[in-house]
Amino acid sequence: MTVQHDPSVYERIQAGEQFQELRRRYRSWAFPMTVAFLAWYLLYVVLSGFARDFMGAKLFGNINVALVFGVLQFVSTFLIAWAYSRHAAAKLDPIADELRGEAERRDEVGEGAK
Amino acid sequence: MSHETLSTILFVIFVAGTLAITFWASRNTKSASDFYAGGRSFSGLQNGLAIGGDYMSAASFLGIAGIIALSGYDGFLYSIGFLVAWLVALLLVAELMRNSGKYTMADVLAFRMSPRPVRTAAGVSTIVVSIFYLLAQMVGAGALVGLLLGVHSAAGKVWTIIAVGLLMIIYVVFGGMKGTTWVQIVKAVMLMVGAALITLLVLGKFGFNLSGLLGDAAAASGKGEAFLKPGLKYGTDAQGVWGKIDLISLGLALVLGTAGLPHVLIRFYTVPTARDARKSVMWGIGIIGVFYLLTLVLGFGAAAVVGSKTIAEADKAGNTAAPLLAQQVGQDLFGDVGGTVLLAVIAAVAFATILAVVAGLTLASSSSFAHDLYAHVFKRGGATERQEVVVARISAFVIGAVAIALSIFAQSLNVAFLVSLAFAVAASGNLPAILYSLFWKRFNTAGAVSAIYGGLVSAVVLVIFSPVVSGAPTAMFPDADFHLIPLSNPGIFSIPIGFLCGYLGTILSKEHNAEKYAEIEVRALTGLGAEKASSH
Repeated sequence: MTVQHDPSVYERIQAGEQFQELRRRYRSWAFPMTVAFLAWYLLYVVLSGFARDFMGAKLFGNINVALVFGVLQFVSTFLIAWAYSRHAAAKLDPIADELRGEAERRDEVGEGAK
Repeated sequence: MSHETLSTILFVIFVAGTLAITFWASRNTKSASDFYAGGRSFSGLQNGLAIGGDYMSAASFLGIAGIIALSGYDGFLYSIGFLVAWLVALLLVAELMRNSGKYTMADVLAFRMSPRPVRTAAGVSTIVVSIFYLLAQMVGAGALVGLLLGVHSAAGKVWTIIAVGLLMIIYVVFGGMKGTTWVQIVKAVMLMVGAALITLLVLGKFGFNLSGLLGDAAAASGKGEAFLKPGLKYGTDAQGVWGKIDLISLGLALVLGTAGLPHVLIRFYTVPTARDARKSVMWGIGIIGVFYLLTLVLGFGAAAVVGSKTIAEADKAGNTAAPLLAQQVGQDLFGDVGGTVLLAVIAAVAFATILAVVAGLTLASSSSFAHDLYAHVFKRGGATERQEVVVARISAFVIGAVAIALSIFAQSLNVAFLVSLAFAVAASGNLPAILYSLFWKRFNTAGAVSAIYGGLVSAVVLVIFSPVVSGAPTAMFPDADFHLIPLSNPGIFSIPIGFLCGYLGTILSKEHNAEKYAEIEVRALTGLGAEKASSH
């Protein structure tokens, strides 16, 4: 059974400076990055639809712009995922752990659900 | 021994192995957390493999390789959308969802809302999306058995659909999330090994010269250099500007749909912490990314080695491109026996793939039925855990039976579009509701309900009046014509409609719960009060 929490605990944590910092660090990384990778992906899709001669231009051998652009989408996806995990481990996890640890030590929030 | 016999033997071994796992899992599935979330005890790597196993459907294995083999580069567009989509899940959804939810997508949506209307909407959407996806997979299985095992009779296809349906019911009813996850892990490993093996053999044949392989593929396709760039399948010049807009519409649904697919979302609950959810998506991205790069080689390799003409003669949609390629490279390298063995292996992997995906879909829809509709809407939260699990098992059986019946009815229709429709509905209805729930303080019940129904209805209505349902030779009903819209993919309209409905519904209703928003936000970001792994 879920232990009934006093909701004001969450409001107090939410208003606290540390939590505000955690939220700022999370959002200021994740939101712009989401806009960036969606724009980068849409550029690829739009060029695939409207700039076919450019996409068909050969770079070396039979490898053309379309193929390199496509593979770059894979590379950027891998890099963004890796960068996010580094960011989260360095900048987000320590604050989250501290906030959670504090609240659980004060036992304001119960064991959570079993 | 013929390849059909060998495929059947390999497939029976897979089925026997997974059934053994399922019965082992059933003995360890007691609580609701076990059934819905596998006790939240899978590791990041295990869940990452299961994410791959859940996501890499026969449509993406055989389908994408087939599109590349027949239409060249355009198949790759699908792969890229399917992969980039995981960044939305990683950055915005996976961890927050793990921390704030319990068993289903609706847990997060209903967190600070009036539970009954929101759970009803989310349950309906979950079941609709899962059934669309399920139908496409099961009808595909019926067609595949003809291609791979040489069973061409109508009765043979019907029996295949029934067998696939019964197996998925057994996995879910007895194994719950634990059994289903292990089926997906085994399948993911088989699929990766199988695809990597054929890719290596193909690349080896071309002296690991990708440019040479592409040149041969373009030459053998009869389409020359056009084969290596976009435009032979999606948004062809003959379709004019609407065709290109359709391509963008498809791209949007693919990239935004994944993070709203219920069977994907419930995978985040199977790990102990949000950090493990992050790790599992990282593994998932790696596995899925490598897999799609392999299918690129398989598709162009099939065009170069087997030839587009032979592939199109075997199956108009090119679904046998990868199996035919396996047979050909096996034969070239190891003689007839090699060809038979490799073809059989790939055919067995394809069936394993279908089974793992349909099991995940059945689990997602039956969990939502039991947890959202039965326990919270009908019983108003008054059901015990034991009752919930019993209902979940019964609904897995019923949903499976309905899916079998619908698939048998639909098997002569072209329902391949249902996969992209499922993505469009997920992107238009579920994703706005999830993102607003997690990030928008003002969001409320009216907003959540409007987003889900607005996105769901607009996507489905747009598709009903599109050329994939009527008015084209490849349509579901080719002899009728009531199409009004030139777009096959509704996303470009239905996704903004879903977000707009969510926005308008919210601001037109006064309801607003700051306390509960504080709770979900703190919970989502810190994991305070999040569901713990069960300890046994």
